[in-house]
Amino acid sequence: MDTLRFLLERRGDIAQMTLEHVFLVAVSIALAVAIGVPLGILLTRRPSLASPVIGFANVMQTIPSLALFGFLIPVPLIGGIGNRTAIVALALYALLPLLRNTYAGIQSVDPSVVEAGRGMGMTDLQRLRLIEIPLALPTVLAGVRISTVNAIGLATIAAAIGAGGLGTLIFRGLSMVDSRLILAGAVPAAVLALVADGLLGRFEKRFGWDR
Amino acid sequence: MSGPAVELRNVSKKFGANARPVMDRVSFRIEPGETVVLLGSSGAGKTTTLRTINRLVEPDDGEVEVEGREVRSWDPIRLRRRTGYVIQDVGLLPHLSIAENVELVPKLEGWSPERRNERARELLAFVGLAPERFASKRPKELSGGERQRVGVARALAVDPPLLLMDEPFGALDAVNRRRMQDEFLEMKQKLGKTIVIVTHDVPEAMKLGDRIGVMHAGRLLQMGPPSEILGRPANDFVAELVQSAEADGGARRVPPPRARGEGRGEH
Repeated sequence: MDTLRFLLERRGDIAQMTLEHVFLVAVSIALAVAIGVPLGILLTRRPSLASPVIGFANVMQTIPSLALFGFLIPVPLIGGIGNRTAIVALALYALLPLLRNTYAGIQSVDPSVVEAGRGMGMTDLQRLRLIEIPLALPTVLAGVRISTVNAIGLATIAAAIGAGGLGTLIFRGLSMVDSRLILAGAVPAAVLALVADGLLGRFEKRFGWDR
Repeated sequence: MSGPAVELRNVSKKFGANARPVMDRVSFRIEPGETVVLLGSSGAGKTTTLRTINRLVEPDDGEVEVEGREVRSWDPIRLRRRTGYVIQDVGLLPHLSIAENVELVPKLEGWSPERRNERARELLAFVGLAPERFASKRPKELSGGERQRVGVARALAVDPPLLLMDEPFGALDAVNRRRMQDEFLEMKQKLGKTIVIVTHDVPEAMKLGDRIGVMHAGRLLQMGPPSEILGRPANDFVAELVQSAEADGGARRVPPPRARGEGRGEH
């Protein structure tokens, strides 16, 4: 009860930081989609590049997030303290699922459908637009969902480099050894992740052709 | 137009540097309105031959002419839109309705929605699928035979003068296969198109072809009307092929390909 009252008292703060959190995640996912999806499509056209590029994205995933945030701080233009660095780091983490799912989604399109498209005189671009992208869309959207849920969790750590968001409350709670403050950051972050998962899942169903 | 609809002259194709040629100096002419069946076992080179006609395969050597023009001088996109193409797996777009599938090429060609729609309904009726029942269904709601009909309707959409069919009835059970063959013969009369069919089924070739070209190991062994293939086979391989089909009451297919390297010159 005490914790509940505490959370209610801080609802202004919590709302503010939730908004910051959503902003961090939304911008970094948008950035990752803008890079990852076209790159994934490109890789299906240049299969020899697929394994080095996906390999690079894999390596990015294995770098501990706190370390990655730290590494990026001294990098000119994208580095520094604040949410710009955090957005770059979150986008790098989001890249892999997007890249991999776009690539796999297009690779798994039934070859006979692609063959039929070629045979009926579709140009490469028409085949991409009318066959491959629509058929890969559910897989691509699944990648967006995975990336987003991941990014919501990871973004809490971004507070360590002054990016704001719900992590701020968690770190404050840790340093003050106040579990109520930790919960004030952690519970909304978990709720955000669940809501994002549910919404994007619905989106996937709606735009999927294989209902 | 006078002159052949399709002509191949000494066409050869290899996939990979040291591989056995998939097509070895293949030559034939197809007259407008004729139905020619390319018959052979898998690996004989018949599908590759078919695909050189709409430039899905570029020959290493020799010439392919469609309507008197070398295919390399055709824009491949234009050539393919003027050529209906039906494949065994049909390849319907699973995210589109049956009508939308049939309307694809007209849409690419910039037809108005009304004209497209009318054409799709006309064609669905032509291949024996009631438009009011089928137009808005998805491919996965259809049976194999129904899907194959949609594939034919789609290939006919912009009324191409030339139709290429690769094992068009290969995925169907015996009963449906025979029925589709009968309907095809009827359809062929009404259409008057030049048609090239690839099959490994001897009775099917005998039934559908005005002429049959027997292929083996990348070479065209003989081409002629069914009566000639039966009555005057050019060599032992052709003779064995058609005799075995007759002896089995039409059930027999082309024997499987022999081991690599021993396929040629042993007949």
